[in-house]
Amino acid sequence: MTTYESVIGLEVHAQLKTKSKIFCSCSTEFDAKENENTCPVCTGMPGSLPVLNKTAVDYAIKMALATHCQVNETSIFARKNYFYPDLPKNYQISQYDRPLAIDGHVEIASDGHVKKVRLIRIHMEEDAGKNIHGTIASYVNLNRAGIPLIEIVSQPDMRSAKEASAYLRELRSMVRYLNVCDGNMEEGSFRCDVNISLRPEHQKEFGTRAEIKNINSFRFVEKAIEYEFERQKEILEGGGKVIQETRLWDSEKNRTISMRSKEEAHDYRYFPEPDLLPLMIDSSWIQEVKETLPELGQEKKRRFMSDYGLSEYDAALLTLEQDLALYYEEAVLISKNPKLTCNWILSELLREFDSANIASCKISSKHLGELVQLIDAGTISGKIAKEIFSKMLTTGQPPQKIVESEGLTQVLDEKLIETWVDDVLKENKEFVDKYKAGQQKLFGFFVGQVMKKSQGKANPARVNELLKQKLA
Amino acid sequence: MNLYDFTIEELSQKLSRKEISSEELTRVCLKRIHETQKQLNTFITITEEAALETAKRVDKIRLKGEKLSPLAGIPIALKDIFLTKGIRTTCASRILDNFIPPYDCTVYEKLKENDTVLLGKLNQDEFAMGSSNENSHFGSSRNPWDLERTPGGSSGASAASVAARQCMGSFGTDTGGSIRQPASMCGVVGIKPSYGRVSRYGIIAFASSLDQVGPFGKSVKDVAYLLKAVAGYDAKDSTSVPVPVPDYISCLKKDVKGLKIGIPKEYFIQGLQKSVEHAVQGAIDVIKKLGADIKEISLPHTQYAIPTYYLVATAEASSNLARYDGVKYGYRAKADTLKDMYQKTRGEGFGTEVKRRIMLGTFVLSSGYYDAYYKKASQVRTLIKKDFDDAFKTCDLIVTPTAPTTAFKLGEKMDDPLQMYLSDLFTISTNLAGLPGLVLPCGFDEKNLPIGLQILGPHFKEERMFQLGYAYEQATEWHKRTYPV
Amino acid sequence: MHITKELIHHLAKLALLELTSEEEKRYASELDSLIGYFEKLQEVDTSHVQPTYHVVPLRNVLRPDEAKKTFGITDLMSVVPLHEEGAIKVPKIIDIE
Repeated sequence: MTTYESVIGLEVHAQLKTKSKIFCSCSTEFDAKENENTCPVCTGMPGSLPVLNKTAVDYAIKMALATHCQVNETSIFARKNYFYPDLPKNYQISQYDRPLAIDGHVEIASDGHVKKVRLIRIHMEEDAGKNIHGTIASYVNLNRAGIPLIEIVSQPDMRSAKEASAYLRELRSMVRYLNVCDGNMEEGSFRCDVNISLRPEHQKEFGTRAEIKNINSFRFVEKAIEYEFERQKEILEGGGKVIQETRLWDSEKNRTISMRSKEEAHDYRYFPEPDLLPLMIDSSWIQEVKETLPELGQEKKRRFMSDYGLSEYDAALLTLEQDLALYYEEAVLISKNPKLTCNWILSELLREFDSANIASCKISSKHLGELVQLIDAGTISGKIAKEIFSKMLTTGQPPQKIVESEGLTQVLDEKLIETWVDDVLKENKEFVDKYKAGQQKLFGFFVGQVMKKSQGKANPARVNELLKQKLA
Repeated sequence: MNLYDFTIEELSQKLSRKEISSEELTRVCLKRIHETQKQLNTFITITEEAALETAKRVDKIRLKGEKLSPLAGIPIALKDIFLTKGIRTTCASRILDNFIPPYDCTVYEKLKENDTVLLGKLNQDEFAMGSSNENSHFGSSRNPWDLERTPGGSSGASAASVAARQCMGSFGTDTGGSIRQPASMCGVVGIKPSYGRVSRYGIIAFASSLDQVGPFGKSVKDVAYLLKAVAGYDAKDSTSVPVPVPDYISCLKKDVKGLKIGIPKEYFIQGLQKSVEHAVQGAIDVIKKLGADIKEISLPHTQYAIPTYYLVATAEASSNLARYDGVKYGYRAKADTLKDMYQKTRGEGFGTEVKRRIMLGTFVLSSGYYDAYYKKASQVRTLIKKDFDDAFKTCDLIVTPTAPTTAFKLGEKMDDPLQMYLSDLFTISTNLAGLPGLVLPCGFDEKNLPIGLQILGPHFKEERMFQLGYAYEQATEWHKRTYPV
Repeated sequence: MHITKELIHHLAKLALLELTSEEEKRYASELDSLIGYFEKLQEVDTSHVQPTYHVVPLRNVLRPDEAKKTFGITDLMSVVPLHEEGAIKVPKIIDIE
């Protein structure tokens, strides 16, 4: 029986977060009325001409540098000719044989090992509009037409759905760290086509690949790859041949379906765009962009591990999103306890909020740091801290204020604790006898009773000590 | 002398001295249009009401004593390739028969800033593809000098309307000679400026790397005034060049003594009409007498200009014209499926020559042929450009014939596209190299048909061409001859 | 290079032009003679020649990233042949081969 491995390459389209479109001044705002954000240029009116958006180029260079690509000194825009109603000029301005950048790589961590996925190229292009299909007619909305895109094309370096997904997550994290794209797969600002083929393990040659389009979530990327692996495996095992084609992911039926093989008829007739001059990106322009590059997720993760002594797993979670990483560092600055802060964020905060969404949390990083500090200093118990935390979530008040107004400070007073302990022992004579007779398990019961009497304010460590003394 | 026979400068003086009003001048032109439109078929749309309204408005402003442009109140007309907001713009095609543009081209915006009066939109070859004005959805326009003959193309009517004194100046576009060849055939002055000199924004594209806008007028000075009004950088056109526009008028009177004039031997070939050769030779003699140094030069790749041009131009055109599909504007054929709608709209909407060029351009770019045709042509283009670069190291200007023959008969070349394409021989190299070219009358053939002299200059040296053209014009009478009514 | 009717048919499909069979025949013979004439270029040695795509020496023509509203939806819809509730209406898109 032959064992097959999949060979996967990804083409990722990321919409750049510029204010205006790539070749005209129309707004890129997402939820405008149909065809509201249009002008002669992005609707392909006769006589209209494109002028390139500088910020779009800056953003593309940012991504190229972050992925260790070589930025071409001269890049050239080209026309890709094909007819479609959402493409107003019936050609797309893209880049062809002289793209913005080539030869990069992205590091991914999958199943505990680090792997480099090589990039073939990153090029710039304009997005198409949207077709909405009715029952007897279709409708065209050109708001999206002309929004800047970068296309990031990887080498077929991935060997499993997990790796592909890890790569995609890494790219998404990067565009978000760089603040060049919001990385929203559902809304389509971050899109991915998968090229996948199978080959027997240890074989060098690639098999025939299929391209899967229309995948709009991370989960579907994995599912589509898994489905496609089984489909192609079945064909190969049956002695058949996989055909090169474009397939669509059908998320309702969890399968890929063949689009009529449009590849054959397609001849894009690329040629240099005469309306746009070549782009020359010299070292000073690159330097200028380089200076704006933030610390990216991977570097940050490594730093968190060494500076704060976090595990790789924890550091990875904290650095998935730039906002969360920043939140963590600000909180640590106050709490001075990196590990406890990490635990509180990962177990409590992320239960309530998505890591991308931390900005909407009412608890500021400063307040979380203060809360951790209160625990660390023994002022409050972990249990009370949770209560305070849930109050902070709704009110946004500082923890100290809640502690004071609700009288939640931990009781350290030896005398007071002793009174509670004595009372409990007095009231439960029966159990004291049983305990002394050997039922050691009852110790927890006494602790619980004391804590109850103190309304949770007694310092559990002291309670433990005193109980042990008195029951000895 | 009729009012319409005066030059723009003379009319401008009359207007500013309030000897005449713009309304009066506009009415004279409109009358002239109505008298001759039937024979010449120069206008696709006449904007009579709007023209009179503008004229009256400009007259009022003038009465208030405000400072006005020398072109204020001057009636002009535009080839129907310039987008004019609210005024139908067809490009002489069925596919844009009903198109009323929602925006203005930069050239028209500038003309409005200069308070010119727009009389209407002029006939042309469909999408500027042709050398005879016969490829028009609205029928051919005719040459005022002989109604059986073509006014040239593609800006045929732009030249004819100035020759026939329907307007005091006009604008056309030149992709391979479309201003210069009709100027020559109609006996008027026309200039194709350097590529990048005038904004292409809002002008319907034929071949983007070759198209350029330019004016027609009765004299070199008129053309200088008109070009000055529209030239200059435009942020909406990435290929427009941020070089200041010189004062063309003050350059006119500079002495031409000592200017080095190159005469390319490759332009005096078999097939050049004897009377044309004779007239151009005569012009060269005049220029010599004016004190310029004449020297023979060589532009060795001239023989490759036609294939190079038609490969590059049709490739770009096939892509530029893809947008006419019935979805967003213009003609939409009735059809049940999208594909059918596309094919029928384009099949029915475009004329024979346009479809021929789309087919040719599609072939040139298609997979397997790109390198042998499009890329090859783009490489030869480099050599053609280099010929001129080398020539301009040793001379200041180049003088040549404009077209191998005077105006030919309507229908004469319609069934032989290659013969039609070959008539562009002397004008297309200029577009491939992006250089400016000025054409002005230099004689007449035995049938009393005008002959034009072509002056070519280095990139952005329009003022030097004007300088020589003006000096030549002052020394000759050809431009004063009007066609037999 | 011989331009066959089949090639003409293929090109017409790429350019989405409906041609009558007469037109196809006519363009086949015309393109054949034009391309035949254009073969002349093959005599030029261009092995060391860079192609020219732009004749002006400009580079990096860029505009600042500023959003401006220059056009309204009514401007667009004034030229659209068929529209409904602000969207351009076309026959149902199934597939364009």
